[in-house]
This record gives sequence, C-alpha cells and structure tokens, in this order.
Amino acid sequence: MMLLEMAAGGFGDRVAFTDPRVGDSITYQQLYDAAGAAARDIRACGAARVAMLDVSNLAIPVALFASGWAGVPYVPINYRLTAQEIDALLKRVQPAYLVTDEERAASFTGRECAALRARDAFLETTRRGGASDEQRSMAPDDIGVLLFTSGTTGTPKAAVLRHRHLVSYILSSVEFASAAEDEAALVCVPPYHIAGIAATLSSVYAGRRVVQLANFSADAWIDAARAERITTAFVVPTMLARIVAALEGEKNANMPHLQSLSYGGGKMPVTVIEKALALFPETDFTNAYGLTETSSTITVLGPEEHRAAMATEDEAASRRLVSVGVAMPGVEIEIRDGQGNPLPPGERGEIHVRGEQVSGEYEDRGSLVDANGWFPTRDAGYQDEAGYLFLDGRADDVIVRGGENMSPGEIEDVLLEHVAVADAAVVGLPSEEWGEAVSAVVVAASGTPVGDALAQELRAWVKQRMRSSRVPESVAFWSDLPYNETGKLLRREVKARLVDPRENVRAAVPLLYTGDIERSLAFYCDKLGFTLQNRWDPEGRLAWCLLAMEGAELMLQRAEPADLTGLAAGRSDIALFFVCEDVDALHERFLSRGVAAKPPTVAFYGMRQVTVRDPDGRSICFEHPVEAGEGFSR
Amino acid sequence: MPALAPGKRLKSAVCTTEIMVITAPEGDVDLRCGGAPMAEDGDGSGTVDAAHGEGSAIGKRYVNGDGSLEVLCVKAGDGSLSLGEDALKVKDAKKLPKTD
Repeated sequence: MMLLEMAAGGFGDRVAFTDPRVGDSITYQQLYDAAGAAARDIRACGAARVAMLDVSNLAIPVALFASGWAGVPYVPINYRLTAQEIDALLKRVQPAYLVTDEERAASFTGRECAALRARDAFLETTRRGGASDEQRSMAPDDIGVLLFTSGTTGTPKAAVLRHRHLVSYILSSVEFASAAEDEAALVCVPPYHIAGIAATLSSVYAGRRVVQLANFSADAWIDAARAERITTAFVVPTMLARIVAALEGEKNANMPHLQSLSYGGGKMPVTVIEKALALFPETDFTNAYGLTETSSTITVLGPEEHRAAMATEDEAASRRLVSVGVAMPGVEIEIRDGQGNPLPPGERGEIHVRGEQVSGEYEDRGSLVDANGWFPTRDAGYQDEAGYLFLDGRADDVIVRGGENMSPGEIEDVLLEHVAVADAAVVGLPSEEWGEAVSAVVVAASGTPVGDALAQELRAWVKQRMRSSRVPESVAFWSDLPYNETGKLLRREVKARLVDPRENVRAAVPLLYTGDIERSLAFYCDKLGFTLQNRWDPEGRLAWCLLAMEGAELMLQRAEPADLTGLAAGRSDIALFFVCEDVDALHERFLSRGVAAKPPTVAFYGMRQVTVRDPDGRSICFEHPVEAGEGFSR
Repeated sequence: MPALAPGKRLKSAVCTTEIMVITAPEGDVDLRCGGAPMAEDGDGSGTVDAAHGEGSAIGKRYVNGDGSLEVLCVKAGDGSLSLGEDALKVKDAKKLPKTD
C-alpha cells in the first residue's frame, strides 16, 4: 500500500494499468483513490480476507492495494480450477470479500461471503468513490498476500507473504520511479501466481505502465507487444517456446521497443533461449528464479551474462546460459546435503535460501525457516565456483538405484538430444531388485513411429553416453507430459500414472454438441453405464459434463455451430478415440447392457479397440496400447 | 527518542517529509528532518532549520556514514534528513536487470 501511495504522490497522472480487452486504463492517482474506496467497503462488511477470482483486469490492482489499505490479506484464487476445488478454497478464506466476474458473481448469489462484488460493478463503484481519507493499516508484520500453491498432491497449501517480505523484495530489486514515461510491461502470467503479484508491485513502484494480457496465446502476446509498444515482459518457458514457434521463419521478432524480456518459472530448454536470443537481438534477456515462498525472484542471470555465454568459447561461461544466475542483493544461497551440511561448488544438493524477502511460512502449518533464517526450497541444484546456480529438479526427485544416487534431469537431457524425442521425463519407480528403477516417458517427435524399436534405440542412445546404471529399464510413449501452468514438469504425476495406468486415462477431446446433448448424456449414462462426474448448467442449460466408467472418461460439451470443425460436427465416417485401460472389460460391460459392440480388435498401429455408435451416428472408439509381443489383427 | 524497527513510519515535524525505516541501529536513534526530531505523529507545522533545508526526495534511500541507519523517503518535503546533526546521504541506486 505504501508503494502505491508513493507512486500516486510521485507520478499520479501516469497511466498505471491498461486492460486492452476493454480498452480501459487507470492512472496511479485513480488507482489510489479506488483502492481507498474499496478499503472502506471491505472494512464495512467485516471481511477477514479479500478473495479475487478473475482473469487479469483493472479490478485486480484495485483489490490488491485495497486489501493492504484495509489491513486484510489478499487471496487470489486460480480461476482455472474446477468448481469443487474453487468452493473448497473459498470455504477456507471466509469471511471473505469476494470479487469475481459478473457471470460467476450471478451464480454465487446466496453464498456464505461477507460481501460478493461483481468485477465491473466493483470497478465502477470504487472509481466513483472519490478521494478517501480512510485510515490505512501499516504493520509490516501483517499478512499481505496468501497464495495457494498448486498442490499437486493433497490439499493446496496457503503460503503466507507478509508486508515486510513483499516490501523488502521490491525495495531490493526496483528503484522508485525508475521507469521512463513511455515504458510498458506486458503481464501475461496469471494474477494468482507470485510472478503476477511481483510484476504488479514492481511496475507500480517503478512507475511502469502495465498492459494486462488476460489469456496468453503466442499471437495475442506478439500483437499486444507490437501494438502497445511494450518495453518489458516476463514469460514462463512454455510461453517463450510458443512465441519463438509463432515467429518461425521470421529473421527478427520485429519488436524494436522491447528492451527487456525476462523468464523463469521452470526449466528453459537451451534451444528455445538460443532461438529467442537470435530473434530478439536488441533485447536484454534475464533469467529469474524464485518461489512463492520467497516473494518471487531470488537469483538472476542478467543480460550481460546471456550475451557473454553466447559469444564465448569458454565452457564455464557458456554453460551459464542454462544457469539461473547469482543471488539477488540481500539474498544468500547455500546447497546442502540430506543431513543439512553445506556442499562445495559442483555438488548437487537441496537449495537453501535466506533473506528479508523469504517467508517460508504456510497458513496453519507454521514456518519452515530454521533458527538461522534458512528456508529449504525442496529444489535441487548446484553452484559453480563463481556462485552461479544451476537447477536440477526437485530435491526428492533424485533416483536411488542400487544405492547409487542419480538425477533424472541428466538422463532427460541426454534423451532430448535424440532426434526422435520431442519431450522426456525420467522418474524412479519402486523396484524389488534395485530399490528404484529408472523409468522414462518419451513424447516422440511428430511423425516418428513409436514402439519397441524406438525404445531399444533410446536405451542404446543413453548407454553410449552415460553409465549403464542410467539406462532406463522401461521407456513409455505418451502424447504429452503433465506440466503446471508455469511450465514445471509434474514429475509426481508422471510417477503416479506409470505406477497406476488408470491415472493415465484422460478424454482426448470433448465431444461437441449443437443438438440434443441431454439425449446423448442419457445414452452414455443409461445405455453404456457411464456415471456423471460433474456437470455445469449456467442459465439452466447443460454446458458440459464429465462422465466416467471403469477406466474410461469422456466429456460432452455444448458448442455453437460456428465452433465446429468437420471432425466434431459429427461426420459419421470419422471416429472419436478415447483412452481406456481395459478394453475387454469394457466390451463385456457393453454386451451385458445390450449395447451392440463387436469384440475388441487390435489396429495395425498397436491399439486394442472397441467401437460403438452414438445416437448421432458417430463411431466412438475406446482403445489402449497392446503389450509388446501381442499380435496385430487387421 | 524512539527505538526504530524496520518498517516503522515517521513524519517530519517541520515539513511534509515521511520516511520508512529500512535498517536502524539498536537503541534510541535521533533521526531528524529539517533539524527537528521525526515522530510517528509529526504534524509538519514547525519551521525548517535553514542548515537542514535542502529537502528530501521521494523514493530515495538515505544512509548515515557507517550504513547502520537506512531510511526510505516515502513522501518528499523541504527539510533534509539527519542523524543528530550529521546529514544523511542519498544511497546510490543499484543497477539491476528487470525481473518481472
């Protein structure tokens, strides 16, 4: 709040935020006044939290600063979660002052909330509120932001960031009013992510206009960067990969205004960053590594080091291109072994961090920071002699095979060098013989036939390049790997799916309907025996539903005729395919229910399949890869 | 004189200056603005001592000689900051790449 107060006092007339979707902007003074009006509203309703459930828009900075002003924590919630997950999180933050989009607000009426505000109305009211003399809350130890971590296992944890952590991060990384008047930041990370919070606070303190990009796509990003004359932006690796791919064939990104492009949030493939450096020759690249629990960035690889790494023959310097740089001012990094002893340069261990911006605290779970201020990040890595930090997976990713510790990242890097491999994940699976067995999952490059031959070739490929203990005992081929939205590989999910293949069952595409979706729903439930998992009926009309049955899962979704391609429009000469763990059992089940279905067959491409026709005449095929050695039937 | 904890906000008794403490030595600290002691409820109504009248600038950080005291100016004013009689100096801005 103090940061915004300074911004309003120092350069109140500058434009602070622009939402290009609605063509609206807000200045620092207007933002300050709106936050004051919102703070009054928050206090009046007795809320203990300000919950925000929305995409990037002008209401987000208003609510963020208003919560600080009113002295209650700001809790952004991931709008991509399912309705049940959102409900569970909302229950944990009551009594809350909830701001959400108009459609959701209408459907939430009557919920237990201290106050429910629809975004547009919230913005309109607070911006009309005029200057506020509302008393400000100022305690540095108050909670500024509660951020739910992605929670890939179990219940999401709420990371606690106090004002002193956030302010310390901003003061040590940003100079007040340092942005020139024409500077603009393109913020495309979601507002419930620490990078989104950090970008908002940094830009406000620097006086840099923020252009909000609500839904990332490479084309939208490129268009916005050019149209809004963006000077600085932050992207996660998957975003940069898509931007680079969208610019394929162009010699230059043609964004002369873009002075700096920073990235972080996951492992950046070296091929992507090299292509990006070539496409954006005038742009400064910065790699930032940080965590929610550390109020964002703790190490930085700066533009000079990027250029030096590209230009030099020196191996140590060029390797730094894949490092996350050195600790920020006021931040200390230490690598420790499993017993907590500091490790020398070059040795892999768990990354520990210490500094004023480090919180390491979770709601209802206390702080993970030790007596000397060190926070264990659970990330693994090593430092070189000069203090450059190299990330190497998670501390608990390490595979222990026959007493030998190995890092899955090294094996993945070798697999990725093979021309047939588009993506790879390596995990340790329980093994009676070795304790853990090295298991690889590979996404093959498009057009590459997968199967035993390729698996053998990849095993041989690793064997030629690494110790034999590193050779994967098994190689599975998937169509894609699970990543979180900032591009971190969800290794635990890979493991879970390998251990229990039912975890692997996902509807490949939703079935789209323009006609009688209820009739089809009845067919799948009453006739085929699916059970309804979840359905959504805005305005009393089924928009989509999720169905499941013993290892098969599918989704029916209403669509506008204009949305449909030939495939989805129900051409009966085209089949739709769904993954199904046990094709034979499903077939038995169909027969027992009187559904006409021929016995399963194995297609020439190695999939066991059973096919039924839906009421619209479409072929619905459930399939699963056959075991190696099983014959094909034509 | 109050002990100063990081995060504490003080106002000038003689001008519009407001600061936030970033680091402070233990014990009582004689932080002044425009020659007069700063306080949480400083009302700015007094007169700036001409010897301490160069002013403070918003967003600048001010430090004493040994760096044991550092404050951030969050609101500018006509008085300049001092520890006792010794003027605080503006701390040089760091050059850091933009990270977000």
